[in-house]
Amino acid sequence: MMEYIPLNFPFLAAALLVGVSFYIIIFKRNLIKLIMGIAMMASGVNLFLVALGYRAGGNAPIYTDVPAGHMVLPVPQALTLTSIVINVAVLALMLTIVIRIYRHTGSLDSEKSRKMKG
Amino acid sequence: MKRQVTGLIVLLVLVAFLVLGVMPSIMRDFGYPPSAMDDYIINNAQEETGNNNVVASVVFDYRGFDTLGEATILFTAVTGVLLLLRASKRKEEAS
Amino acid sequence: MLTKIVRTVANQLIVFILIFGLYVIAHGHLTPGGGFQGGAVIVSGVVMLLVAFSSQELKKSLRERVLSIMESSGALIFIILAFIGIGTVFFYNFLVGTPIFGRIPPTGPNPGDFWTGGVVPLMNLAVGLKVVAGLSAVVLALALFASGEEVEE
Repeated sequence: MMEYIPLNFPFLAAALLVGVSFYIIIFKRNLIKLIMGIAMMASGVNLFLVALGYRAGGNAPIYTDVPAGHMVLPVPQALTLTSIVINVAVLALMLTIVIRIYRHTGSLDSEKSRKMKG
Repeated sequence: MKRQVTGLIVLLVLVAFLVLGVMPSIMRDFGYPPSAMDDYIINNAQEETGNNNVVASVVFDYRGFDTLGEATILFTAVTGVLLLLRASKRKEEAS
Repeated sequence: MLTKIVRTVANQLIVFILIFGLYVIAHGHLTPGGGFQGGAVIVSGVVMLLVAFSSQELKKSLRERVLSIMESSGALIFIILAFIGIGTVFFYNFLVGTPIFGRIPPTGPNPGDFWTGGVVPLMNLAVGLKVVAGLSAVVLALALFASGEEVEE
């Protein structure tokens, strides 16, 4: 069992980011803190995706003036580009909905805006 | 106080489960990923598309359909934000 | 509106930010970058102008009709470029081999040639236009809503 504990620091950092953001989303009640937890979880997932495609001692996958050697995988980097843009769009929409909730009810507590009456 | 201690114990149990339980069962070593498709893309991207940038040719040529879906999501989000942020004057006139 | 020193420096710096953003968009097939990254650089320049001048002043220069036309034309050019090569597959690279943007570089590491790449540089320009218009409209709408109850028509 002891030889299976991984000493890969990018994977440990991604697991720590996702774990802390799970704690924030479950146990906090302020709406702005919930949005910050969701953004942190997006950063953890993007770091995990890019760290999966690393080849030991590789260069960037671009042929313009590259030193000799093998390259890292290009497909996870393309998927991370799409994921970053989608996270920006969803975050902008969440912030406008929080602005509307604050103007309507007058408080930023998520317990006070649970009922669905107008 | 009791709520925060419970939260801290839940956080430690979750991180330990992720690091010790999930990762050794599905992970390879760091730095040696399986790469059958990416070897084909790296070797043949300069002849088929004529790009020096392999990541740009993957985003716009080999997987262009995902970029079309992402442009649609960006357009929809901008429309939704500009629709929700209009100050309405009609409520004060009607009531 | 901030002091006179900040306004003058912002007026001089926006030229360099605009040139750097257009360089990152246009050379997307040779160096790291592309449409999305260059668009984000130009939007950060627009945010700097929004902080230096107030949002009421910036509303006179960036009208909503111009931004809407820019974003819609960027999306339309992207879809039309995808539909032209419908004879073989959807999203076919029909410009490889023709004299416009169609040269093939030698295999292996090489200093880049600008007229390569097929249909990818044109798609970079379309996506860059879309990102600039969309994100600067969102930032301007949020700033106007926070300062006063302005009705945007």
